[in-house]
Amino acid sequence: MTQHSSAAPAAAVGVGDPVLQTVGVTKSFGGVHALKGVDFELRAGEIHTLVGENGAGKSTLIKVLTGVYTPDGGEVRYAGETVHFRRPSDAQHVGISTIYQEVNLVPLLSVARNIFLGREPRRFGLIDVGAMNRRARELMAELGIDIDVTAELGRLGLGAQQMVALARAMSVDSRVVIMDEPTSSLESAEVDTLFRVARGLRDRGVGLVFVSHRLDELWELCDRVTILRDGEWVHTGPMTEMTRLDLVAKMLGRDIEEVRAEGATEFGSSHLQGGEPALLVSGLEVANRLHGVDLTVRPGEVVGLAGLLGSGRSETVKAVYGALKARSGEVTVAGRKVRTGSVRGALASGIALLSEDRKAEGIVPDLSVRDNIALAVLPRMSRAGVVSEARIDALVDTFMKRLRIKASSPDQKVRELSGGNQQKVLIARWLATEPTVFLLDEPTRGIDVGAKAEVQGLIDELAEQGLAVVLISSEMDELVEGADRIVVLHDGHVQAELDSTDLSSSELLAALAGDRETDSQTSTQAEGQHA
Amino acid sequence: MSDGTATATVADRSERSGTRFDIDWVRRNGVFVALGLLLLANVFLTENFVSTGTLRLQLVQVAPVVIVALGMALVIGTEGIDLSVGAVMALAAALIPLYVGYGSVGAIAIGLVAGVVVGLIAGVLVGVVGVQPIVATLGLMVAIRGVANLFGGEIKSIREPGLVSLGTGDVAGVPYVVVIAAVVSLVVWLVVRRSTYGRQLVAIGGNKLAARLAGLPVRRVLVTTYVVSGLLAAMAGILLAARSQASDPTKLGQLMELSAITAVVIGGTPLSGGQVRILGTIAGALLMQLITATLIFHDIPDSTAQIVQAVIVIGAVYVQLGRGKARRS
Repeated sequence: MTQHSSAAPAAAVGVGDPVLQTVGVTKSFGGVHALKGVDFELRAGEIHTLVGENGAGKSTLIKVLTGVYTPDGGEVRYAGETVHFRRPSDAQHVGISTIYQEVNLVPLLSVARNIFLGREPRRFGLIDVGAMNRRARELMAELGIDIDVTAELGRLGLGAQQMVALARAMSVDSRVVIMDEPTSSLESAEVDTLFRVARGLRDRGVGLVFVSHRLDELWELCDRVTILRDGEWVHTGPMTEMTRLDLVAKMLGRDIEEVRAEGATEFGSSHLQGGEPALLVSGLEVANRLHGVDLTVRPGEVVGLAGLLGSGRSETVKAVYGALKARSGEVTVAGRKVRTGSVRGALASGIALLSEDRKAEGIVPDLSVRDNIALAVLPRMSRAGVVSEARIDALVDTFMKRLRIKASSPDQKVRELSGGNQQKVLIARWLATEPTVFLLDEPTRGIDVGAKAEVQGLIDELAEQGLAVVLISSEMDELVEGADRIVVLHDGHVQAELDSTDLSSSELLAALAGDRETDSQTSTQAEGQHA
Repeated sequence: MSDGTATATVADRSERSGTRFDIDWVRRNGVFVALGLLLLANVFLTENFVSTGTLRLQLVQVAPVVIVALGMALVIGTEGIDLSVGAVMALAAALIPLYVGYGSVGAIAIGLVAGVVVGLIAGVLVGVVGVQPIVATLGLMVAIRGVANLFGGEIKSIREPGLVSLGTGDVAGVPYVVVIAAVVSLVVWLVVRRSTYGRQLVAIGGNKLAARLAGLPVRRVLVTTYVVSGLLAAMAGILLAARSQASDPTKLGQLMELSAITAVVIGGTPLSGGQVRILGTIAGALLMQLITATLIFHDIPDSTAQIVQAVIVIGAVYVQLGRGKARRS
């Protein structure tokens, strides 16, 4: 590690001793009790995961630990002593680093500058660039990260930026590292690196808090787990003593039997209806991204679109929807040709796209739930340019009930809703357009387990009603159970097509990895895209 | 930047907005409270304040500002800005004496069309070409003022009876100018609240990418908005010229873009777009008018009035930023 020790006195904490604790911490906002006397204990030399549904108090607890919020009651202890963090910098000074999903560094500065921001090695009062770059390179080598430290941070991929954030945390000699959803935008190789680094830190006696929506990662990485529900502590224990089912049951507060009956996902059986394809895509090309993608979806069919990051999954649905300019290729919906390159043309033809980036491309945060739902159908809800409030009310009411959208009223601003409810609002927006083809790009990403199950159930229901669905998901379970057929993309073209009736996650994994031998065994209709 | 800022920037929105309730309330309603208090203060402290003459004069003076500010509120709602409004006022006013031979109606129509054309240019630059609003309209502000001078030359007086009565006449004691401003306010208010266009405008200002992906006619809405702003500015310019019975292309409408932006901002419309507050904008224009008037009543020099206005604008923007920060966190 580097020589930068933190300024604060660091009492000796042996491995296995508590390094960061909360005792009976409470916090409320307005009348809402976000934390109701939560006890939490992080030991030095462990990776501890914090799980709970949205609204369980996870993020509030993390903010108390990192000094963003001051607790209303109870206390926070660091290395056995009571501390009062008034602002995030207080927590940092004693050696608590935080890494978020969204990287908060300076994109225009170099990687090295970002790592040493505010603590740059100096010579003659100026930044010693040579020394800074050298030390950054050492640090990166130590982490096993292959990044040019002189590169502008903003030009790197999100995963690489996250590594830089981690390197920064390490360089300040943290005793506690808190990672809030660090993996949600990383590729699997990057996740591996992140985990390796995290384990390295643990072995040096650092205490780590890890939060992730991806349950598999918890068993892979974490030593202990603390479960919160509705602002209350529910359980703390070793990860090894916990089954997946236990965890979900404790999180949701349901009986194990009930959970088991529902299966791992909410998907039912196939609803494939015969007849003409609802969506037919042929030879779709997008400059540098897609090299001739073919796709067929029949009414009532859920086609999964699988592939690693950069394989062209999102690009495929965006090009079909007209949001991305296609160089060539043809899209037809129910036999009729769709004008490509035009969102409005696609919408008019009955295509809807729930895009991956809910915040940037989906919600209009300051508008109400009501206005967000009606957004795409305003002209249809109007006569002579005047909006019919009654028709919108009826529409919104129907969808809020049908999708069980939890909001204080239709007039509540959509930014105040939880991620899961925001997602439902967006699904309602698209269903209101009465689509024939629904393209869903990561519909369950970043939403809590309960909402996830509801969304999965809904997709199933929609297919049952004859909608043609294209489902993109990074979660194998979701694809294998949810889709009737899985199209695997690799490098902008179709690598394989797998029938999912008797497909296992491991077979899909093999196809994703581009293992052609496995493809030919598992795939019944593999298309010979590869020469 | 330190990790500290990083920590503060990722937050649970709902939790945060609760703690920021007060500043949000001030942002939304502060202008009404301030206006009420200042009115009350004047009733007690200013001699002859409560007289038809005084009130009438205030309303006549504020009417053109209100009209321009309404267009500005729409533009700001799309996350844009229109700096060309003052120049458009001058252009429309400069055309009036030139075409008064076609009768007052013809001359007015030509002035309004000029405003529409400038708005169309601004709208196409912003909505279709993709020039930043501040750059596009700053260019137009300079260019159109030049064109107005070119057409208008020196000060010309307006004697046409129709125009004179438009500027000075009244209906049941209420000046035409005030009636027109009130009608325009009502129409814009209805458009924002009830029309498809108004709803789409607010959505585009709130999240342009999401609006585009939802199939909204983003270009058309943007172009329309600048056209409306140009039209309203031309209207205000004509009314101002009719009232003063003269058109001075170098002076007319000068700094009007600032007055309009000020009215919008202290009325609680955020510069970041996604909201249009019509009543707030009107109250904002009235408040600025009343502040200036109050200072004049009490023999405080104009320069002081300008400083007071500046302080209020900065205060209003500060209140907005306080909220903006909470929202982004």
